[in-house]
Amino acid sequence: MDTFIAYLIPGIFSGAAYAIAASGLVLTYTTTRVFNIAHGAFGMVMSFIFWDFSQKQGLPVWLSLILVLGIVAPLTGFLIQRFIARGLGEAPVSVSLVVTVGLFVGLIGAAQAIWPPEPRFVPPLLADEMGNDKSFPVGETVVTAQQLITVLASIGVAVGLYLLLTRTRIGTAMRASVDNPELLKLYGGKPETVAALSWAIGISLAALGGILLVPVVGLDYYQLTLLVINAYAAAMVGRLKNLPLTFVGAMGLGIADSFALGYIPTDSVFADIRPVIPPLFLFAALVLLPQAQLRIGQVKGIVSAPVPSVPRMVVSGGVFLVVLLAVVSPMSEARLLLVGTAATYAMVMLSLVLLTGYGGHVSLAQLTFAGVGALAYAKLDSPNLYGLLMSALIAVAVGALVALPVLRLTGLYLALSTLAFGVLMDKVVFQNERAFGFGGALEAQRLSFFGNTVETTQAYVMVMGVFFVLVAIGILMLRRGVLGRLLVAMRDSPAACGTLGLDLRWARVGLFGLSAGVAGLAGALFAGLRGTIGAADFQYFNSLPLLLLAVVFGVTSVTGATLGGIGLMLLPVLSGSNPIAGGIVFLIIGFGAVFAGRDPNGLANLLFRLGRVLQARVLDRIDLNLPQLPSTTAFSRTKTPTREVSGGELFDDGYDEEPVPVGAGAASGGVAEPAGPPLAPTDQKGVQ
Amino acid sequence: MSVPILELVDVTAAYGRIEVLRGVNLSIPRGAVMALLGPNGAGKSTLVKVISGQKESTGGDVHLGGVNVRNADPEELARLGLCTVPEGRSVFPNLTVEENLSLMSYAGVSAEAVLETAYAYFPRLAERRRQLAGTMSGGEQQMLAMSRALASDPALLLLDELSMGLAPLIVDELYDTVQQIAESGVSILCIEQFARTALRVSDYAAVMSGGRVVATGEPDEVLETMSDVILGGAA
Amino acid sequence: MALLEVDDVVVQFGGVTAVNHATFEAEAGRVTGLIGPNGAGKTTCFNVISGLQRPTKGKVRFNGKTVTSVPVHRRSKRGMGRTFQRLEAFGSLSVRENVRVALDIHRGIAGVVKPAKADIDGLLERVGIRAYADERADSIPTGTARLLELARCLAGDPRLLLLDEPSSGLDETETDAFGDLLRDLAAEGRGILMVEHDMDLVMGVCDTIRVLDFGEVIAVGDPAAIRADKRVQQAYLGYSDDDEDDVAHPPEAGATDETLVIPVVPANQGATT
Repeated sequence: MDTFIAYLIPGIFSGAAYAIAASGLVLTYTTTRVFNIAHGAFGMVMSFIFWDFSQKQGLPVWLSLILVLGIVAPLTGFLIQRFIARGLGEAPVSVSLVVTVGLFVGLIGAAQAIWPPEPRFVPPLLADEMGNDKSFPVGETVVTAQQLITVLASIGVAVGLYLLLTRTRIGTAMRASVDNPELLKLYGGKPETVAALSWAIGISLAALGGILLVPVVGLDYYQLTLLVINAYAAAMVGRLKNLPLTFVGAMGLGIADSFALGYIPTDSVFADIRPVIPPLFLFAALVLLPQAQLRIGQVKGIVSAPVPSVPRMVVSGGVFLVVLLAVVSPMSEARLLLVGTAATYAMVMLSLVLLTGYGGHVSLAQLTFAGVGALAYAKLDSPNLYGLLMSALIAVAVGALVALPVLRLTGLYLALSTLAFGVLMDKVVFQNERAFGFGGALEAQRLSFFGNTVETTQAYVMVMGVFFVLVAIGILMLRRGVLGRLLVAMRDSPAACGTLGLDLRWARVGLFGLSAGVAGLAGALFAGLRGTIGAADFQYFNSLPLLLLAVVFGVTSVTGATLGGIGLMLLPVLSGSNPIAGGIVFLIIGFGAVFAGRDPNGLANLLFRLGRVLQARVLDRIDLNLPQLPSTTAFSRTKTPTREVSGGELFDDGYDEEPVPVGAGAASGGVAEPAGPPLAPTDQKGVQ
Repeated sequence: MSVPILELVDVTAAYGRIEVLRGVNLSIPRGAVMALLGPNGAGKSTLVKVISGQKESTGGDVHLGGVNVRNADPEELARLGLCTVPEGRSVFPNLTVEENLSLMSYAGVSAEAVLETAYAYFPRLAERRRQLAGTMSGGEQQMLAMSRALASDPALLLLDELSMGLAPLIVDELYDTVQQIAESGVSILCIEQFARTALRVSDYAAVMSGGRVVATGEPDEVLETMSDVILGGAA
Repeated sequence: MALLEVDDVVVQFGGVTAVNHATFEAEAGRVTGLIGPNGAGKTTCFNVISGLQRPTKGKVRFNGKTVTSVPVHRRSKRGMGRTFQRLEAFGSLSVRENVRVALDIHRGIAGVVKPAKADIDGLLERVGIRAYADERADSIPTGTARLLELARCLAGDPRLLLLDEPSSGLDETETDAFGDLLRDLAAEGRGILMVEHDMDLVMGVCDTIRVLDFGEVIAVGDPAAIRADKRVQQAYLGYSDDDEDDVAHPPEAGATDETLVIPVVPANQGATT
């Protein structure tokens, strides 16, 4: 009984903290339709600010608390809504998710840059001079003041939110805005004010949750940020709209977590389950969600990067390989490994071109699929084409399996389930000593072709280059062919596909599988390149910068993937051993994605456009096959099937239903406009 | 004669390349009730959206009480005294009756005054003050929506398809309310597919077709035109 | 036995009844018009028939078999095709590619393995949009896009065509040609069920017209009968004090208080509180 209470108390404590954070997430999501992936990252940054005020600057704890919760956090929320989140609720999920993932990565980068890693101690709120928490005995065990404060705070938050939402006009307007923001405007209310208020409260609640948990969890960039998975899970129990159920979910999660710690012996086979309770919880809540209905009358028509003609692809691929050969010939072993890594990342990004660029789905675990491929390749221990193929097929199967339980879901929920899957795989499989081995070093052999092993790293990198070109051409061919048309059709109008006889669920599973297979192939090749691989090579967190770079460089084109791969490889090189530099790089990528995320064609588009201008102005009369781009998608001068929108201006906001000519501002990606009631002008302004 | 409460001059609007309003001219004298009729796809609802600020016009001017309000925000227009009851659902279904009413105070009247007027006029709403609006019948929901016009004494009341999906007797009841609001001196523009119902309470009528106002005049004259337009010259 | 039978279908959204015990049928080889004022529940009926919306109550039978719980794509395989009131063309594909996708889907795996050689341009010619074959579908006029949706349906050689306001956006000549096309399609033995507001077209091509009001069928008959029907005029124009006969004998739709007050169904009470 005493053990029971001893574990119940910390369970209730963490449950209360999760509940506080989760209610903030639900509030912002319901009122603005933007799911803030970065909710935990905001909590983390606010906790650092709290530490800065109370420990570094030496302000009294109560004052720091008031400053952070009353001024910094709400102001941040207000500014985020005003300049970033505004109008995002109507955008396709692939856009709004990428933007908040950008915030997620950018905030971690900002924290690292401002507060470089060093041991930091945050005492409990009511600590004595020694930094120890006050505590009160309860039977055989004790309750700390921090735990008590947290539970009281969660009750306070629940009561406060209830009063706000039911007893005040602005709170009523917040709920009205959930129902119908257009109607609220006709009543004279201002949905934008409502949204700003809910973001302000949301970020404050993230801050409060973070600050309460810090003395237990420690002040850590990742730990605090990823605690948000608990909040996602709790919020999903409340189906992202029901606050009482969210509280129940958070409590259940906190208590389950604590009991797992208390009652599962560390030497049992179930010992591994403890760290994965939150993602399992999230996964279960997602699977239990009701069937998504096919929406009718939605966004259609996206301007994608042009698809080159077949000869153009082959020539560009050849040129790419020749350039690669010239580059790698004089290189040192260490640099060759870097180029190989770039090729791996580029190939993983190709899998995103397929899934996100063509299919419109978002995966937050693409690197995990690469890890599956690598693991399979090393474990199969048949370093030849057969082994490579089998590794890729295993990744296909795993990818399909992930999509299977959430067959009925789309968009946000599908993306969240990939995140849960990434965490699960990392904690249960990759970090298991039976997988990558103790210390995370599993040996893998280099590839051999019909008995001839590719010995030198130079040759191996060339082999990777060839595979990259083959996969790239394969994807472009697919885009030109039957399946590509089908993908575009599914993205443009799922309802029409359904009524024409397509089983969308299985098509979606197939797409996920195929994309996972490409990532798995990349992982398998990577295993051969490195010789030894470990869980650290495929950390699920790194799937996020990977997604962001893919979007920044252009997730609709093979060129974008190539550039993105090089960019991602350069990250650790740029940041070197200096964490501040590393933080700044993350910061740039994160916020780059925040602003570039609205145009999925990305930076690659700049190149296409530049190339077109060059060709039109300078080289028009010279019939040359110019290798402008180190890739297979050098733009084509021949007419491509893709329409040149608004007089060849590819910087169109490709999501608009109607081809409305827009200004040529970079990243002027507009907000998607549903076919129904058009957005009022104010909704579009925040985008610029 | 005083300045018309609403004057539209050559208003045009489009969805993408599809022109929906092709130069609408319309003028409503202060205190008058005008019925705007026309077949589906004539552009009636688009016109309501342009007047209420929900859709940007591409050309022309909209004067409300003599002030040019072209492309003003809907919330500004609402605070200026334009009361729009949009077609379909015009209340917040997940809010209680009382909460719906309390939101009507944005137009400048105190929440207590809104409640008082609404309950005095529709005792049925008082009985259901704690009920979620979405669980009431369609007719009761429209009564709730009309309370806003009753309580806030608007400069212009814009009614879009008040009768949609409602049974004839309920529609009659609602139009009795419209008549009373009109008698209190409020100017009303009412868009309606049931011509006879709307004409019963109107001083003037206009017919839209193909994105233009094709006829205006006394209710009786206009009804003949309407039959032709709607039932293909059959009725 | 009719090709399509809608049997006592009820659809409720929250507290609002969109379709109220609708019962009607559409026969093979005939054009059936489904008309009625705005908000009468026509599009919701279409969604129920094609499987995009589950009815609260009632059955849909197609070709003698109940299909009420059959998923959307299987109904299509059994020979249902539909167009949408709010366009659902594949905007980023060309007109020709739109039809090709439909053909690929119709042929299933075979379509993926061996691309179809069907006469796509012929099909475009037939609906009269051959000239737009290479245009992106989001850049063509609405009327053309509606015809494209029809062509896309026809690629699957459906036995029943559900057309939701197919003529809006067409000019007079185009509408005439479209009427002829409908007659042709019916003559091939297909059943056509059409929601339409252009009364000239409805009266001109329909064999049977069913008038829906408040989700109920209030009149059935050939064009001449519908034209003469007093209740139809009321449905469209509303009542007036002159209609004394009818005020004395109101139609069933408005007869009892039960049908007037739309049934109350508790909505989701949960949101955000």
